[in-house]
Amino acid sequence: MTVADSHRAVEAVWRIESARVIATLARMVNDIGLAEELAQDALVAALEEWPRNGVPDNPGAWLTLTAKHRAIDQFRRRDTYQRKLQQIGRDMELRQEWAEADLDDALDDHIGDDLLRLIFTACHPELPVEGRLALTLRLLGGLSTAEIARAFLAPEPTAGQRISRAKRTLADKKIAIELPPPAELPARLASVLEVIYLIFNEGYAASAGEDWIRPSLCQEAMRLGRVLAGLMPAEPEVHGLLALMEIQASRIPARTAPDGSPILLLDQDRSRWDRLLVRRGLDGLRRAEQLGTLGPYGLQAAIAACHARALTPQATDWARIAALYRLLAHLTPSPVVELNRAVAVGMAHGPERGLEIADALLEERALRDYAHLPAVRGDLLARLGRADEAAAEFRRAAGLTRNARERELFLERAAGLD
Amino acid sequence: MRYLVTLKVTAQPDGPPPADLMEAIMKLGQEATESGALLDTSGLAPSSEGARVEVSGGRLIVSDGPFAEAKEMISYAVYEVRSKEEAVEWASRFVKLHRDLWPGWEGEADVLRLFGPADFAPPA
Repeated sequence: MTVADSHRAVEAVWRIESARVIATLARMVNDIGLAEELAQDALVAALEEWPRNGVPDNPGAWLTLTAKHRAIDQFRRRDTYQRKLQQIGRDMELRQEWAEADLDDALDDHIGDDLLRLIFTACHPELPVEGRLALTLRLLGGLSTAEIARAFLAPEPTAGQRISRAKRTLADKKIAIELPPPAELPARLASVLEVIYLIFNEGYAASAGEDWIRPSLCQEAMRLGRVLAGLMPAEPEVHGLLALMEIQASRIPARTAPDGSPILLLDQDRSRWDRLLVRRGLDGLRRAEQLGTLGPYGLQAAIAACHARALTPQATDWARIAALYRLLAHLTPSPVVELNRAVAVGMAHGPERGLEIADALLEERALRDYAHLPAVRGDLLARLGRADEAAAEFRRAAGLTRNARERELFLERAAGLD
Repeated sequence: MRYLVTLKVTAQPDGPPPADLMEAIMKLGQEATESGALLDTSGLAPSSEGARVEVSGGRLIVSDGPFAEAKEMISYAVYEVRSKEEAVEWASRFVKLHRDLWPGWEGEADVLRLFGPADFAPPA
C-alpha cells in the first residue's frame, strides 16, 4: 500500500465516523467549533499512526478517545482546564464520562441522541440558510471547506466565512447543543428537512459534466436523509422527504440528452430510471403513509411515485396526481403548486378543466414573469384547438424564460401551431 | 458511487453460525443502513436450491445446483459511498466479524463498482 492509498483508507473511515465523533465531542465540550477542531486533530493523528500500525479494530472509538485526550491536553496547556470545566458546569460528570472503561457502550448509548443534537444545532433557524447548509455539510457530511466552496460555486474564503460565522453565531447567541423541546419540534424539524432538500436540489440543478462534487450533493442529501430516518423513524415527513429525493434521483440517468440538454419527465426513457432508488422510494413512501398523514414532502413523494409506478407516460394516474396537488395546495398554498394542478387536471379531466385553473392564475403577481404559466396555457389551448392563442402563449413563454434550451422548445411549439 | 459486495465462503466449521456472529452481523447492517451507506442486502440460500444457465459451444445449458465450485456465494450488499476505500472499509468490517466470531471460517468479499449516470454522461 502506498502512502496515498493508506491516506485514502483513513479518509474513508473518517467519512464514516466523523459526524459521530464530532457529535460525541460536542456533547462533552459543549462547543461545536471546538468539537470539530478536536476531531480534526484526531484525524491528523490517525493519518500519522494508522498507516504505520494499521487501522484499529474500532476506528470510531479510537478517533473519539484520541480527540478527548487532545481536549484534556489542550485545556491543561491553556491553563483554562478548570475554568472551562466550571464554565460548562459539568466537572464531575465529565471526569466520570472520560474515565468510562467501556467506551463502546458509552458511545452506543449516546450516539443517536448526540447525532440528532448536532443535526438540529447545525440546522438551527437562528443561522442564515447558507450557514446552515455549509455547517451541515461540514459537520454531518465531513466535507472540507474547499469541497463545500466547489459545491456551491463560491470562493473558498466565502465558504470558510459562512462556516466560521455560523459557529460564532451559535456561540454568541448561546445556542445550546440540545434536542428541541416538543413544542418547537415541528418547526425545528422543518428547518432540518429544508436544509437537506436544499442540498439535494443544489445537486439536482447541476448539469452533467460539471465538477463531480455538485451532482454528488444529491447522494450526500440522500445519505443525510437516511441518517435522519434512522434517528427519527417515527416521523412521516422524514421518510417522505427521503422517498421524494430517492424517486427524483432515480430519474437522473434519464433526464439529460447526450448533448447535455434536459429531457422532460414525459419524454424520458423510463428503462433508464434507477430501479433500486424507485423501489426504496416507494417503500419509504409506504412507511410514511403508515406512520400518519402525509405532509408536504410526503405528498410530493406521492406525486413523484405516480410517475415512478407508470411503466409508460400514458399509464400515468393523472387523476390521483391532480387530487394530491389539491391536498398539497391546501397544506402549502402556492401559485406554482396550483399551476402544476392545472397540468394534472388538464391531463386527467380534459384541457378545458385545466385551463379554468390556469386562467385563474393570470392575476397572480408572483407568476407575472413565470414562463411556465403561458407555456402551460399554450399547451392546454393547443389541445382545445385554439391554435392562434396557443402560439401566442408559447411565444410569450419564450420571451420570459432565461434558459436557452427551453426558449428553443417554446419557439418550436409556437412554430408548429402557425 | 455504488458498489456491490459479494461474500463467498471457502471453508467453514460444521454446524450453524454462532449466535454472536448473527447478532453482530445484524448490528453492523443496521449501522451501515443508519449511516446511509447500505442500500440493499440479503443472504443467499445454498446453491443447491438454485440453478445455472450457461452458454457453451453455442448451446444453452440449464443445470440445477449445487454448483461445483469450492466457493459458495452467501450474501450480497449494495453500498452507496463516496470512494472505493469506503466500500472496502464496510466489506472489511463485515469480513472481520466472521474472522473474530467464527474461528475456522474462511472466505472472501469482492468489492465491485456498479456503473452509474457518470459512466454514461456526455464528455465534459
